[in-house]
Amino acid sequence: MFRFLLEKEFKQIARNRFLPKLILVYPVVMMILMPWAANLDVKDIRLCVVDNDNSTYSRRLTQKASGSEYFSEAIYRATYSEAISTIERAESDIILEIPADFEKDLVNGVNRELSISSNAVDGIRGSIAASYLASVVNDFSDELMESRIVNRGSSSVVSSSMPASTAMPTSIEIVSLSKYNPSMDYKLFMVPGLIVIIITIIGGFLPALNIVSEKEAGTIEQINVTPVRKITFIFSKLIPYWVIGFIILTNTLILAKLLYGIVPVGSIFEFYLLSFLFLIVVSGLGLVISNNSRTMQQAMFVMFFFMLVMILMSGLFTPVSSMPLWAQVINAINPMKYFTEIMRMVFLKGSGLADLSKHIFIMFGFAGAFSLWAVLSYRKNS
Amino acid sequence: MSSDISVEIKGVSKSYSVVKALDNISLSVKKGEMFGLIGPDGAGKSTLFRILTTLILPDSGVATIEGLDVRRDYKSIRRIIGYMPGRFSLYGDLTVDENLSFFASVFNVKVADNYPLIENIFKDIAPFGNRRASRLSGGMKQKLALSCALIHKPSVLFLDEPTTGVDPVSRKEFWQMLERLKTNGITIVVSTSYMDEALLCDRIALIKEGRVLSSNSPRGVIDSYQNKLLAIWGEDMHSLLKELRSYDRIKSVYSFGQEHHIAVDKNLYNTSYIDSLAQKLQQKGVRDFNIKEIAPTIEDCYMEFSANND
Repeated sequence: MFRFLLEKEFKQIARNRFLPKLILVYPVVMMILMPWAANLDVKDIRLCVVDNDNSTYSRRLTQKASGSEYFSEAIYRATYSEAISTIERAESDIILEIPADFEKDLVNGVNRELSISSNAVDGIRGSIAASYLASVVNDFSDELMESRIVNRGSSSVVSSSMPASTAMPTSIEIVSLSKYNPSMDYKLFMVPGLIVIIITIIGGFLPALNIVSEKEAGTIEQINVTPVRKITFIFSKLIPYWVIGFIILTNTLILAKLLYGIVPVGSIFEFYLLSFLFLIVVSGLGLVISNNSRTMQQAMFVMFFFMLVMILMSGLFTPVSSMPLWAQVINAINPMKYFTEIMRMVFLKGSGLADLSKHIFIMFGFAGAFSLWAVLSYRKNS
Repeated sequence: MSSDISVEIKGVSKSYSVVKALDNISLSVKKGEMFGLIGPDGAGKSTLFRILTTLILPDSGVATIEGLDVRRDYKSIRRIIGYMPGRFSLYGDLTVDENLSFFASVFNVKVADNYPLIENIFKDIAPFGNRRASRLSGGMKQKLALSCALIHKPSVLFLDEPTTGVDPVSRKEFWQMLERLKTNGITIVVSTSYMDEALLCDRIALIKEGRVLSSNSPRGVIDSYQNKLLAIWGEDMHSLLKELRSYDRIKSVYSFGQEHHIAVDKNLYNTSYIDSLAQKLQQKGVRDFNIKEIAPTIEDCYMEFSANND
């Protein structure tokens, strides 16, 4: 009997006007577009300089900034208010104001503060631009210290929050090394995260929508008056999407290799095994939603809500550790957060099952909790 | 319980939040009988069907199908019943043949096993075997749904408003199909809001607002009608109705197609009643009308019983 139910599901999926295309195209589009769209590298920052000093030093500083790959050729304005209006007219992103007597004070060993004002309408771009500019200024001050060691001059910069340490000729140099992603490639970081989204949609939401559509069509009642057991029916709905999920995962892996040369450092077997665990978790969530929805519209909205919240909080785009504490507490029940971590650890670090035991344990917890909830919510509605 | 009872309903009630859909319903259907549940929309017919087909549980009361309890033995019941809901609910994206063999397979039977039972019904749509079910006409969809409900040779067949929204010719044809099915010994429980279809059943139950008004053979129901019934028709039907409603020797009057039906208490009725009624109406200035005594229909019985029930 089960064989016929499965056969029917596959037939229906194959005949669906939309699904087969979605299954083929969706991962391709995701893999091609998202790693680029979600790129957090900020480039071509338009710098506006207000140089009140107009000295050798101030010009050296602005040339250094303009010369960096992150900034485009700087524009110059005489006053700060004129500079601000360039931001208002969207002609520049960030202002560097150099005070008068900048050079003179530096030569005399007096600390001077520079001002950096960045347009934070796009918060991420604004803060990244500001930190780039701060690091340019820092470099400049380091160079200065080295060359003017005899003069014991120093400069400090507001946004670099470097204390005004006069008379520290050789400062401590910090060399950062990005482990597991040495070139800090965002694509390497994004691809495992995209897999999480793909699995959630294919394994969690599609079968749930399918079940709700049978509710809407009334066909589920026709099945309910037959000896087909509810559990048989549900598995006949889930298994095809699990199979499709694995096909898409494989496609995604191939695309990651072809497009970006990204291959998981960890074992492929582990990758599939953990993906299957996550498939079960999201399937459970999908069933809970389908049990509580009467129409496709309802189900879609609820899913969209969960999907957005879960993705945005998962750490896929912004690090969880920089979220406020209460958000991190809520995140403890976000399965996507755990799976995003798992995927990144497997992909980038090559973590083994033993390293991930805590995560796996939690995922089992989610799988159990959602399945139980699905069973209970089904009982309540029958 | 005697063994010739197929469906037994005792004191079944069901409420949806504040609405009482079924209020202490008791009925019994004999084996091999065609039993009609007659009542308007919202009478509770579908709710009763959903309880009998084990889709929902009653709040109270007991219902058995072939001696099996709808609560306890729902699994066994699902093997021996066929259900055709009012709304077409087969898979529109599967073909005619696929639908039929799918429903056969979920009952672990083969189409060929019980094909003789459905042959009469299915032969009309068999040429369209490769067509998707969603692209069939209304009448063909109905035949396919009936075939799918019968393919496992059920002992009891539940048909929830099978003829609602079906053209008169197809309705007639459908009842002929049911007649033929009955000869196979299948108990058929059918609901309808068309009162004229009641006469085609062996026995009927008139249902209103979740209660049984009367349960008997159609003949028995009509015989239990207590009043004298008159039909009146004329030029100005509207003022006729108005005048009749103000007349105190009439029990009830209601529009019935081209006529008004007047129910008169038997004790008040005598040979001169029609003449005196005509006189009264003429005094009020109503002209050009005809009155005659008629035999009640099921619908008249329904109006009568439902008025008594309020």
